Amino acid sequence: MNSNYLDFEQPIAELQAKIDELRNVGSDNAINLDEEIQRLQSKMRQKIKGIFKDLTPWQISQLSRHPLRPYTLDYIEKIFDEFHELHGDRAFADDHAIVGGLARFRDRAVMFIGQQKGRDTKAKVFRNFGMPRPEGYRKALRLMNMAARFHLPLVTFIDTPGAYPGVGAEERGQSEAIAKNLQVMSRLPVPIVCTIIGEGGSGGALAIGVGDRVNILEYSTYSVISPEGCASILWKDAANAEDAATALGITSGRLKSLGLVDEIIAEPLGGAHKEPDEVAKGIADCIEKQLNELEKKTTEQLVEERYRRLLAFGEFQE
Amino acid sequence: MSWFQKLMPARIRTEGGNKRNVPEGLWTKCNACSAVLYRPELERNLAVCPKCHSHMPLKARVRLESFLDPGSTRELAANLEPKDPLKFRDSKKYRDRITAAQKSTGEKDALIAFAGTLEGSETVACAFEFGYMGGSMGSVVGEKFARAAEECLRLRAPLVCFSATGGARMQEGLLSLMQMAKTSAVLGQMAEQGIPYISVLTHPTTGGVSASLGMLGDVNIAEPGALIGFAGPRVIEQTVREKLPEGFQRSEFLLEKGAVDMIVDRRQLREEISGLLRLLSGGRRPKIVSGELVAS
Repeated sequence: MNSNYLDFEQPIAELQAKIDELRNVGSDNAINLDEEIQRLQSKMRQKIKGIFKDLTPWQISQLSRHPLRPYTLDYIEKIFDEFHELHGDRAFADDHAIVGGLARFRDRAVMFIGQQKGRDTKAKVFRNFGMPRPEGYRKALRLMNMAARFHLPLVTFIDTPGAYPGVGAEERGQSEAIAKNLQVMSRLPVPIVCTIIGEGGSGGALAIGVGDRVNILEYSTYSVISPEGCASILWKDAANAEDAATALGITSGRLKSLGLVDEIIAEPLGGAHKEPDEVAKGIADCIEKQLNELEKKTTEQLVEERYRRLLAFGEFQE
Repeated sequence: MSWFQKLMPARIRTEGGNKRNVPEGLWTKCNACSAVLYRPELERNLAVCPKCHSHMPLKARVRLESFLDPGSTRELAANLEPKDPLKFRDSKKYRDRITAAQKSTGEKDALIAFAGTLEGSETVACAFEFGYMGGSMGSVVGEKFARAAEECLRLRAPLVCFSATGGARMQEGLLSLMQMAKTSAVLGQMAEQGIPYISVLTHPTTGGVSASLGMLGDVNIAEPGALIGFAGPRVIEQTVREKLPEGFQRSEFLLEKGAVDMIVDRRQLREEISGLLRLLSGGRRPKIVSGELVAS
């Protein structure tokens, strides 16, 4: 088992291992293995195509948390020409699960806020697995208000399993921190563009996700509760996560058809980590187009349209 | 009937064994002190145990009718009903859960909203029905809350919300999550226009409701002993892998940590909120003393 591949990707991992092996042999010996390598590579492409043609919601949910998936800081480097990280909530601490700061985006100054996961064990712990505490949301709030003060559009990236469910987080008012951000974002007098780049985990994601435009990467998910959490409550068994992932409708296509996201940003076969530059460009193009549209509006129009958009969410009968 | 019972003279027989003259459910037990309580008396006491003052669940409709002035109420958006946009099905179908919840509570969904007067002044109040799928917030709850708030904007009247909920309703997926944004947005509008919102947190208030309309009150009031938090205690216990301290996430803990303004006994809520609203409106709401208007 190669841990950089998901369960359903193991056939791809095996082929890749074979190719790598042949390459090593080939460089040592005089025998020409190019033909065999090419044959295996085309076989692998077919395999990838086959697997990615019919991904189940549960497989997409796993892809959205793929160990190689690009995180916020990976994209920051590719999308922004400058980034000055601003730390701390000015009250309690600096939360490393949320990064924020001033950025230059294609000749524009913007305020950026995004959730950050860690790649290796040490980084995972440092970033608290991408689960913000109240001070993270309050840092975000400080930066939102700053964006309003300096008339800077707000760009956010969402990638979190959820807000951290810990004793300290509760003591310091996790609920209030999230609620306040929802309220402030709904009235913020600058354009807001949010993009779900990985996992959109519930209220912890929404707390930086109220905007004029909400985009999602093709293999990202956005959900009211994790499939595992939902399964353990409704099926009384986390092993039913696969059923829950389907029932909850958490994939980009499903969310778009429900009118809950505006744009799906395409990913290459195999997922964003296969071509991070290409995906970064896709995200940047989408954000630029939307900011161009939004900046044409007056502040009153912008806030009123956002308000109407938020109030229109819901399916009911009367 | 056994042969032995047949032998007994008819007047000694207790037929059926469990036939009672007392109507079902006239007596009940306190959740906390197990005192046996006479139900009509308990209802008069707003479901607060007269012995230990434990606050037991109170039906949304009863709460609103006892909170607003008698005879002043009109229900808002009474005909809103849930849909099943995801065709959600776990061990049971969402449709069936809706039908069962409607049957057992007599309500169409988990939030009830009334417009009326509070000590003579126009007030809009809404309450969560916890018996309806754990008071969970889906599209109908969000929409009804938004309409109640828009009624406040129209009347320039304050909003009071009594929450009792486990959070967002999973069966409506992300639509439920969006109700957090929706309700917070409409409260943002109210805040901007300077219309007061009082949030009353009752047992229990957790998850998505706590992290939106629950904590956004100009004044947040908790009933005594209520469980209030973002994550449920079980989830936290699994995350931190230790036993949680006694009283964690209870009203008294929240007051200590600065999350709520005050803890108020249910029987004093009407008076307290009425007083707060009078002051928040700069004394423009008249004070009523024993049914008569007193100029303020």
